[in-house]
Amino acid sequence: MSRSPYLSSAPSVSVIMVKVMLALIPAIAAYVWVYGAGILITLALASTTALAAEALMLKLRHRPIKPFLMDGSALLTAWLLALSLPPLAPWWLVVVGTLFAIVIAKHLYGGLGYNPFNPAMVGYAVLLISFPVIMTNWPAPLELAQAKLNFAEQCQFIFGASLPNGLHLDAVSMATPLDYLKTQLTLHHQVQDIATASQFGTFGAKGGELVVWAYLLGGLYLLQQRLITWHLPTAFLGALALMAGAFYLVDANHFASPVFHLFTGASMLGAFFIITDPVSGPTTPKGKLIFAIGIAVLTYLIRVYGGYPDGVAFSVLLMNMCVPLIDAWTQPRVFGHSK
Amino acid sequence: MNALLNIVNQVKNSFGLSASNTVRGGVHPAEHKQESTTLPIGSLPISKRLVLPLRQHVGNLPKVLVTVGQHVLKGQLLAEAEGNISAAIHAPTSGVVVAIEDALIPHPSGLPDQCIVIDSDGLDTWGERVAIDWRHLDQSALLAALRNSGIVGLGGAAFPTQIKLRTNPKVQIKTLVVNAAECEPYITCDDMLMRERAADILKGVEIAQYLLGAEECLIGIEDNKPEAAEAMRQACINSPVRNLQVVVVPTQYPSGDARQLIRLLTGMEVPNDKRSTDVGVQCFNVATLLALHRYFDFGEPSLSRVVTITGNVANPRNYDVPFGTPVTDLIAAAGGVLDHTDDYIMGGPMMGFSLPSVDVPITKASNCIIASAPQLFAPPPPAMPCIRCARCADVCPISLQPQELYWFSKSSNLEKARDYKLFDCIECGCCTYACPSNIPLVQYYRFAKSEIIAQDRAKEAADLARERNEFRLMRIEREKQERAQKHAQKAVGAQTEAAKETAVVSANPEADAAKKAAIAAAIERAKAQKAASAPQNIEKVEPAVQAEIEKIDARRDAAKQAVQAQLFESDPQDNK
Repeated sequence: MSRSPYLSSAPSVSVIMVKVMLALIPAIAAYVWVYGAGILITLALASTTALAAEALMLKLRHRPIKPFLMDGSALLTAWLLALSLPPLAPWWLVVVGTLFAIVIAKHLYGGLGYNPFNPAMVGYAVLLISFPVIMTNWPAPLELAQAKLNFAEQCQFIFGASLPNGLHLDAVSMATPLDYLKTQLTLHHQVQDIATASQFGTFGAKGGELVVWAYLLGGLYLLQQRLITWHLPTAFLGALALMAGAFYLVDANHFASPVFHLFTGASMLGAFFIITDPVSGPTTPKGKLIFAIGIAVLTYLIRVYGGYPDGVAFSVLLMNMCVPLIDAWTQPRVFGHSK
Repeated sequence: MNALLNIVNQVKNSFGLSASNTVRGGVHPAEHKQESTTLPIGSLPISKRLVLPLRQHVGNLPKVLVTVGQHVLKGQLLAEAEGNISAAIHAPTSGVVVAIEDALIPHPSGLPDQCIVIDSDGLDTWGERVAIDWRHLDQSALLAALRNSGIVGLGGAAFPTQIKLRTNPKVQIKTLVVNAAECEPYITCDDMLMRERAADILKGVEIAQYLLGAEECLIGIEDNKPEAAEAMRQACINSPVRNLQVVVVPTQYPSGDARQLIRLLTGMEVPNDKRSTDVGVQCFNVATLLALHRYFDFGEPSLSRVVTITGNVANPRNYDVPFGTPVTDLIAAAGGVLDHTDDYIMGGPMMGFSLPSVDVPITKASNCIIASAPQLFAPPPPAMPCIRCARCADVCPISLQPQELYWFSKSSNLEKARDYKLFDCIECGCCTYACPSNIPLVQYYRFAKSEIIAQDRAKEAADLARERNEFRLMRIEREKQERAQKHAQKAVGAQTEAAKETAVVSANPEADAAKKAAIAAAIERAKAQKAASAPQNIEKVEPAVQAEIEKIDARRDAAKQAVQAQLFESDPQDNK
């Protein structure tokens, strides 16, 4: 019987997922440095919930549990969602988001390989719409916070929502630069003045920009390992920079610089880790470019004119809807065919 | 630095800017060629019993000319080419025809087929050999002579060579491409042939170039065969062939695919619906050219070929093997198999197939036998779902979208699979090789192709039946109308009889004429339709063709079962 080819040289799905998680390690380390070790609790919570939900769903769907749990995709979804949430998010928020991502966005659509939407972003979007206050309430980086919480206090905050010694929430949290910029612009302040606020760093957010650099580092590793192709990150970051640059050139008083847009919010995480989800993205080279540019344009529009400070999640979900069309329209020329 | 280069290459690739000297996509499996190139080409003692399948080539079965019990000489014609595309079979040694019967042949289906069985007399006595003075004969005479040479493409495709040398007067062949890429891992028969017999190969090139009237000849060799390339270069110096050039191409599977190699060497892309000759290029394998030389210059028909025996055997090597030799004898010559051997692959590991048994004979298409063991070719792990990573699309040498084809094949959306150019797939196996989910993609494509072909055939038959039925209904309707008309005429006739005196003859003749014309036209139409729906070759097929159809059906069923058996991952609703 013909079962050729007899050879195979591909890394398994598990290896790919593990490498992507490896690429996230620098960013997690940066998170711990900037915001404290609380993020580890969030990651652990999300991971446990994801694995439990995945196992349960596999059982309900009569699928072999071990190979699918081992593929690492649920774990990666959990990590990406955890890293999108505000550090020190309450435990139930993490659990609800992860459950939604795994059960509804992934398994109800057919499990690994069949989900039309990025599960982590579905989980994120559901949380953002349902709990907007908690979701936009980011803790201040440790260096800026009036009160620095230690690990035990962070745990207490995550699980009990209580702060030590009757500290007020303002003592540990502050608006993110994207958020702050948005509200200040509506008060007719100018970008240059707004950017002097303490939460602004050299490129993006004070402290947060270190995490962004770590994402970039992880992304380059993914490129070097050929786990992602250049199309998506380059087109996304390029289009975002171009779009922001055009507005910035026209009116630098009311529009933030392209560098600011690249280094704040979920730009860098999105460019290398979110929009590169193969399952919910396009497969053709041209399609990838269109997809990434679409996300960049939508992200910018939502940031500048929309109701939310950041727009990566919504943009990704909107462009996920267009994937079948994009793929159908961008079929490459086949060898020997004129078109 | 590497990462940077990777990115640059990726950028180039995705804009179709990959230099014309590399195959788009492609893969680089471990070569494993050095194992079988340490020893020169060996020769095998003539086996006691040779089994010669009638079907060793693409095309019609040849017509058997010998009878059981007949003594034959080496080189004697046993079966002659029949029909347009066919190839002759000759006796590889002298001996007695002991049977003409069904026997197991090396074919993926594992089904037996008609074979001529010869018991060797051990003398190896040649019959009459007549060299052909090809330089002084015209093309048609040479092609006629070639018809019973038994030479087919020895690269593995086994297409009768005389068809490929028959030129179309409308298209001038400009370039003769010699396929010496040998891109599959493990196989080294062409490599060794070039190292040892480069000058003889070039004599074959001379003949092919003369027959084709080609202006130039390009010999494409992968850069992992420097000795072969050097030997060919040396031989080229002394060759009278005009514009002869050895072109070394990068080692990259599947550069040896004819269309890929033609693009590598000439920069021309053969359109999907055309043959290479339509763009002025013809392509031959080195071993085929050597066979041409032996036939024309020595009168020796195609009796043996060089076969690589490698993999899990004691002494991997190349042997000149007479056709019909059992694979077991070849394995024994190589010192037998090592421990854990569990399978035998004919061809390379990328496109070959598992032999149904080692008791099958070596045929014209057998370029390599690999003794397989789990440590060489690990059984594929269970398939996981496709994650659309598009690695398959990245390595597809013809820019198909394997992940889409897989999706369509799996959901039996065959029309869509056809739209996405399933039939352009060359089944090179690069996609499966690169798939992280271990999906047997090529098997899905083979299955979908055979399903589409079967559907087309069924549709053709249904169309025919429908046409016939429509014609029958039309005929019944027409007869009814004609009867009604007759009755009406009779009635009118009676009336006119009655009213003969009073009524004046009106425009009746004209009306009659119009009616007659209408009837004649209807009959004409019916005739035309009948002619159009005349039975095509679907009903009264010859037994041989019928057997072929049944065999294809059997193969399709086998493929279907195998694919289903391999599918670890499948929706429960799919199985219902």
